[in-house]
Amino acid sequence: MKTYTNTENKDTRSGFGDGLTELGKTNENVVALCADLTGSLKMGDFKANHPERFFQIGIAEANMIGIAAGMTIGGKIPFTGTFANFSTGRVYDQIRQSVAYSDKNVKICASHAGITLGEDGATHQILEDIGLMKMLPGMTVINTCDYNQTKAATLAIAQHHGPVYLRFGRPKVANFTPENGTFEIGKAVQLTEGNDVTIVATGHLVWEALEASKALNENGISAEVINIHTIKPLDEKAILESVSKTGCIVTAEEHNYLGGLGESVARVLAQHKPTPQEFVATKDTFGESGTPAQLMEKYGLNSAAIEKAAKNVMKRK
Amino acid sequence: MPSIQQLEDLTTQVRRDILRMVHKVNSGHPGGSLGCAEFFVTLYNEIMERKEEFDMDGNGEDLFFLSNGHISPVFYSVLARAGYFPVEELNTFRLIDSRLQGHPTTHEGLPGVRIASGSLGQGLSVAIGAAETKKLNNDNHIIFTLHGDGELQEGQNWEAIMYAAGKNIDNLIATIDLNGQQIDGSTDDVLPLGSIKEKFEAFGWIVLEIEDGNTIEAIIKGLTKAKSLAGNGKPVCVLLKTVMGNGVDFMMHTHAWHGKAPNDEQLEIGLAQNAETLKDY
Repeated sequence: MKTYTNTENKDTRSGFGDGLTELGKTNENVVALCADLTGSLKMGDFKANHPERFFQIGIAEANMIGIAAGMTIGGKIPFTGTFANFSTGRVYDQIRQSVAYSDKNVKICASHAGITLGEDGATHQILEDIGLMKMLPGMTVINTCDYNQTKAATLAIAQHHGPVYLRFGRPKVANFTPENGTFEIGKAVQLTEGNDVTIVATGHLVWEALEASKALNENGISAEVINIHTIKPLDEKAILESVSKTGCIVTAEEHNYLGGLGESVARVLAQHKPTPQEFVATKDTFGESGTPAQLMEKYGLNSAAIEKAAKNVMKRK
Repeated sequence: MPSIQQLEDLTTQVRRDILRMVHKVNSGHPGGSLGCAEFFVTLYNEIMERKEEFDMDGNGEDLFFLSNGHISPVFYSVLARAGYFPVEELNTFRLIDSRLQGHPTTHEGLPGVRIASGSLGQGLSVAIGAAETKKLNNDNHIIFTLHGDGELQEGQNWEAIMYAAGKNIDNLIATIDLNGQQIDGSTDDVLPLGSIKEKFEAFGWIVLEIEDGNTIEAIIKGLTKAKSLAGNGKPVCVLLKTVMGNGVDFMMHTHAWHGKAPNDEQLEIGLAQNAETLKDY
């Protein structure tokens, strides 16, 4: 089976920051807005290189979303940066009315998503943001898996006209996708070929899925791992083709199983090809303080959890 | 430039449009719409530098953002009569498949509208964004906005008010419709606003007051002054004192007609008080 190498653990937020730096050089319409988290979002280079195109809004996320919507009028492409919690739940109505319903070309870039922001605890660990954003008509929802892919996605969304939610995280995670790879919005990436079980993962759980597939392979189980970086629009064809072959599926995400990738996949399967499915996700709960590894273990989001889910779902075929 | 008489005639016709629009669908917000008729007519026909054709980017022209979107009837009437879309389309207000939604939106592509509004408190932030983009584009035009006084109870406004002054957004003229009324009663009864003038000034804005916000000459004078103050490092706030329901006697000085349409008989009375000047749609 095809294997992947982790070149170096890197944070996905740095992929965003480096992508933004590159956009600063190549696209003069790109502007960046931040709500007092420039360092956390890795927006410092853009700010230093293009101070006239960087807007420090202060701790006022609602105002930031509105300003971003207004800046599109006249041709700018605003990238907003703050934590995922403050990028979505805190400003849901502003995004709904001023961005999504008004069809504004705003890129909402959200770091520190999920429980792996760690020690800060549940106030900051949003596990509902994918659901909130995917329910908005016209919103594209992307959750990248590693540094390289986050950088590529940052570049790609500047070329896409329309509102985008780009979700990434705080911790350093495996970096294994190609450097300077292309990023096609809405196009799933098949990472391994397999016949026994499909594993569809998003975010840094893609790496956990690859680790799980290795362990499964040692037990004689061939898993097909698909990286779904775009949750909306969902690559339904890739999912249906894979389950036609494997007959069962595991979805894996750092998000509540209510409203996340898993539910989007379940809808597609229910409509076109009912298939046994297991959900690796948080189960309608808040997070808590801890290290990322401890939290992924406790909340069942690591490779061991994916491996177990794969074995369970195969029994239901 | 139109004469004062022409602007007054247009205002009277806009009042007729408002009454007929909300009456037909037995819904909508006539009170605030009537109170701001003179403001809209003056802004669009006397004050703003506008291009004839609508395009979303609005480069090279003044822009207007309506934050209190529920007064859509006056907005639609003035936009139509300024030539953005056919006046006959006012007939479709709030009907299925219409571009004239209950609250303004870009969603159906209605010319003249650049942002959805209705959920209150968001318009000033959007206007600041458009103002920042004008600065980046070296476009010397002005961003105008309108907000309800009750709408200032929404917290996002104060984020925006702080930002606009702190970041020297001086190509922005925000008008507050000071009619002292909101759905549940007077602003004093619902949640007292205190001195809006002192609040804006404390945040670092220049504040102008238009005492008679239902008189075209006073509005011209006030907004012309506001324009002359643009580009001096500070945003400008215009406090426009209006009478809710202005021009229809039984609708005046009360919150009762904030969101209620007249019945057949009331419509006739209202129209009789505002004789047709331009053609009804």
